[in-house]
Amino acid sequence: MTALLKVQGLTKAYPGVVANDDVSFEIAEGEVHALLGENGAGKSTLVKMIYGLVTPDAGHMTLRGAPYAPAEPRAARAAGVAMVFQHFSLFDALSVAENIALGMENPPPLRQLAQQIRSVSETYGLPLAPDRLVGDLSAGERQRVEILRCLLQDPRLLIMDEPTSVLTPQEVQILFATLRKLAAEGTAILYISHKLEEIRTLCDRATILRRGRVVDSCNPREKTAAELAEMMVGTRLATPQRTDRPAGDVVLQVTSLDRPSPNPFGTSLRNISFSLRAGEVLGIGGVAGNGQDELLAALSGEAPARSDAVLLKGQPIGALGPSQRRRIAVLAAPEERLGHAAAPDMSLTENALLTAAIREGLAARGFLKWPAARAFAERVIETFDVRTPGPGNAARSLSGGNLQKFVIGREVLQRPEVLVVNQPTWGVDASAAAAIRQALLDLTAEGTAVIVISQDLDELMEISDRFAALNEGRLSPPRPTAGLTLEEIGLMMGGAHDMEVADVDR
Amino acid sequence: MDLSAINPVVLTASLMVAATPILLAALGELVVEKSGVLNLGVEGMMITGAICGFATAVETGSPTLGFLAAMAGGAALSMVFGVLTQFLMSNQVATGLALTLFGLGLSALLGQGYVGVKPPATDRLDLGPLADIPVLGRILFSHDLVVYVSLALVAGIWAVLRFTRAGLILRAVGENHDAAHALGYKVVRIRLMAIAFGGAMAGLGGAYLSLVRVPQWTEGMTAGAGWIALAIVVFASWRAGRVLLGAYLFGGVVVLQLNLQAAGVAVPVELLSASPYLVTILVLVVMSADRGRAALNAPACLGRVFHASS
Amino acid sequence: MIRLEKRPAPSRAWGVAAPLLAVTLTMAAGAGLFALLGTDPLAAIRTIFWDPLFNEQFASYSRPQLLVKAGPLILIAIGLSLGFRAGVWNIGAEGQYIMGAVAGAGVALAFYPLEAWFIFPLMVIAGGLGGWAWAMIPAILKTRFRTNEILVSLLLVYVAEQVLASMSLGLMRNPEGGGFPGSRNLQQYPAAANPERIAGTGMHWGVVTALIAVIATYVLLHRHMLGFQIRLAGQSPRAARFAGVDPNRLVVICLGTSGALAGLAGLFEVAGPAGQVSIDFNVGYGFTAIIVAFLGRLHPVGILLAGLLMALTYIGGELAQFMLGLPAAAIQAFQGMLLFFLLGVDVLSNFRIRLGRREVA
Repeated sequence: MTALLKVQGLTKAYPGVVANDDVSFEIAEGEVHALLGENGAGKSTLVKMIYGLVTPDAGHMTLRGAPYAPAEPRAARAAGVAMVFQHFSLFDALSVAENIALGMENPPPLRQLAQQIRSVSETYGLPLAPDRLVGDLSAGERQRVEILRCLLQDPRLLIMDEPTSVLTPQEVQILFATLRKLAAEGTAILYISHKLEEIRTLCDRATILRRGRVVDSCNPREKTAAELAEMMVGTRLATPQRTDRPAGDVVLQVTSLDRPSPNPFGTSLRNISFSLRAGEVLGIGGVAGNGQDELLAALSGEAPARSDAVLLKGQPIGALGPSQRRRIAVLAAPEERLGHAAAPDMSLTENALLTAAIREGLAARGFLKWPAARAFAERVIETFDVRTPGPGNAARSLSGGNLQKFVIGREVLQRPEVLVVNQPTWGVDASAAAAIRQALLDLTAEGTAVIVISQDLDELMEISDRFAALNEGRLSPPRPTAGLTLEEIGLMMGGAHDMEVADVDR
Repeated sequence: MDLSAINPVVLTASLMVAATPILLAALGELVVEKSGVLNLGVEGMMITGAICGFATAVETGSPTLGFLAAMAGGAALSMVFGVLTQFLMSNQVATGLALTLFGLGLSALLGQGYVGVKPPATDRLDLGPLADIPVLGRILFSHDLVVYVSLALVAGIWAVLRFTRAGLILRAVGENHDAAHALGYKVVRIRLMAIAFGGAMAGLGGAYLSLVRVPQWTEGMTAGAGWIALAIVVFASWRAGRVLLGAYLFGGVVVLQLNLQAAGVAVPVELLSASPYLVTILVLVVMSADRGRAALNAPACLGRVFHASS
Repeated sequence: MIRLEKRPAPSRAWGVAAPLLAVTLTMAAGAGLFALLGTDPLAAIRTIFWDPLFNEQFASYSRPQLLVKAGPLILIAIGLSLGFRAGVWNIGAEGQYIMGAVAGAGVALAFYPLEAWFIFPLMVIAGGLGGWAWAMIPAILKTRFRTNEILVSLLLVYVAEQVLASMSLGLMRNPEGGGFPGSRNLQQYPAAANPERIAGTGMHWGVVTALIAVIATYVLLHRHMLGFQIRLAGQSPRAARFAGVDPNRLVVICLGTSGALAGLAGLFEVAGPAGQVSIDFNVGYGFTAIIVAFLGRLHPVGILLAGLLMALTYIGGELAQFMLGLPAAAIQAFQGMLLFFLLGVDVLSNFRIRLGRREVA
């Protein structure tokens, strides 16, 4: 095989951190090449350099033997490099065709483009209506828009950044089929992920990054997932310990919870019912954008609902706001750390005050007790090993993992009766993630009922007692985690959504 | 009281004149907001345009040069806003307010020698026999060039936003600047161009006020026209055609209340004078109460600061 | 190539230094402006910033004027700063100022010529309520219909000006005024007057109220839950909702407080320095207060200092007009420039400037 892209000695430093340090690797034509690494290992910076979004400090690249140094994405696209972003680079209020046109150098007139979209999408099993608004699409469909945008330009190299985090297992299979077809046609694929099983199934070669350096490279099919994990993390990770315990009484009872979405592109909650016992972890999976944020808001009290839709030990609490729910020990930690769970520009002490004022008695008759707030922040920092010079530092100065530990720790230390967390380990390095999961399990040992909403199925399988899935604002009936197969989970998550329908069409 | 003195034909014709300054400024702001920038300095740019245009026209004797100078003045002032918000990432609301306050002061300063001066007349466009058509001729075909330019701009902006690649890119930048940046579009550059365009339009609108509509220079003569232009953009839910509707509706209210005042209707003069503002507020309320998908037209990044972190 | 790089946390040092740098830059640019106008720039700067305070010829008149002018600016700016911090943009303080004056003066004129102790307190209440009620219009429209409060509060200024005109020409016109517009002079009605409390200082009840407002706001913002919620809502609206803050309640509180304070400022002005309701009663304090609020970095102590500085530019500007023939509008432009520079240098508190390489590859 001939090398399509050669990367030699790429280095990129940001203030305080070297994102990439002398990174070299090669991708052959038609190869599916994995870039494996933890969050913060430098994968994103590396592909941004290949795609021309970031200029390297040192090093060089060659594409098909010719020097390749894209000054901007346009140049990369012109050279045949296309990229599907992790956080989609899509425009909600524009149509599918308009979105695709924006990603092309010289798009044909919209009507002609719509025709092309239909034909290419059928070839690769990615059905899409060109005139729909992107904001109305599901996460899987939105990804198809991104992929189609790339395919219409006949790329030689397709970069995919964490593509499966928004897909159901069935959708993942369809995506893999598409990618294999592309590879067979000679397109190289640079596949970025930290999901080991996927890489073992799909990829021909893997380059492993740790802290900005290439630490290893291998054929992932010849390695076990555990071996790959060790290469990626550098050490063996302790899996969370859980103690078996008898299920307690029902603490939280949600019955036919309905809530229309306040914004036009949001998801409405429809007829959600479940019950939760003391000391139990209920894992709620599902593809992003199927009502996760809305469910958390309904449970935290940000979006109050019908009073008797949520019962705490028989008492109706559905209409209570966040402060009143905190008073009765129903706590929550939302997904978005900066700007939702924490105020970026405020100090950790102030962020402690944000949710703990009531339960920790940090205010008296409206007047704030700063020393007490500071002490509580320090307790969170110490108990959860949050790396920061002190509670006076702004939340935005912390790394993702450290801030997440602070946000979760802040709720855990308030002795919750019910704790609801959304994406507790998203974008967090493996050791912090393990610590957070352990903290949640420890909490259940004391009788707290925990709801973990997550898109990471492995995480849910690891820590939850029962599993349910959100799909278009509806929640499947919870089932015990033990013995659930991937296939069953996928069906609970909505199967392949409308992809199957499209297959029938053909 | 003599309502019969109000001639509907003259009323309609003068409505178009009354609406033109606001129409121009609102069209400019529409483009600016579509790119995701909220420039509250319309009032300041309008009045700067008013004096730049007025002074130039008086000095050169050419209204055309006056209009061009007004556009240049408005655009130049808007670039102060552009540099502050796009390069120095200042708060757009505060910067827009500063622009208005500064513009009012600057224009008063520039206009000192021009109070009470009469500007050269702006000619009506000679449309030959068209102007002789009864009723319609008086209403539609007896105006100066700027009125027709403003109408052409409505159509032009509508078409550009809807059908062209430039319009698509502009909308994309306003909708999601991070995504636009990721695709390689120059967010800051595109926004600066939009801001400059908005400034030029506001300046032109201001000059129309001082050279045609009044025509005279007095300090603070825009009297809130810039703010009403901002309100009309909201009223129009970011659509060019509805900006025209909003501006003409507003022009109608202004002209009507002036006529009623002249006719001596038994309504306090002050209430009549306040009516354009009250009507604007009322319209804003009606528009914002509608929570439907009309709000979708509002650019999602409106007023948000963009900093390319990569 | 100059690049901006986000600081991990806002710089406190720059928070203090930025306004000072802005003032310096404005003086430099102002000097250039004055030079263009054909005035000796150094003389102009000295006349504006030095002479009102230290030139013996003028100081006896000018020094008391400092507090007279700063009082309303500070009072209004303090109210505005609460809203600006919470992301509630009341820019119609000028209108609330007018309505407070009209309401307060209305009470006084209704009792005229009765001499009673309760008249002035009643006027104060009416003044505050007048401004409050005028600010409640955008507040209610915002909470009920999500109408943009910036536009509504601003448009209401023009309506308030019409009310003022109507009052000075009609209902409140002085029956003994020989048909001239404007009300009776309240300075000549002891029960309703707001005179200088300490001779030669310019200190009247409005200034006292402004100082109380500064202290109360400081306590509110730094020691009280409501102040915390205001700061939180402005910085991170979504985190505020998560913390249990009701955004509508904040809109009502912030607009209400700023309206009431602006109304009070109007009342103290109409009963004191201005003396009467007249068509040209308002001189733009409501707008200048926006500059004061930002120049003071929305911090009560900063606003106190900024209010004094801005008052100085008013007085010095008048002096320069009188002494050097500098046009009044130049000062207005100068004040606007100050806000520009402030907003410009503000970037330094959140970003660091990096000079240097970008291309290597």
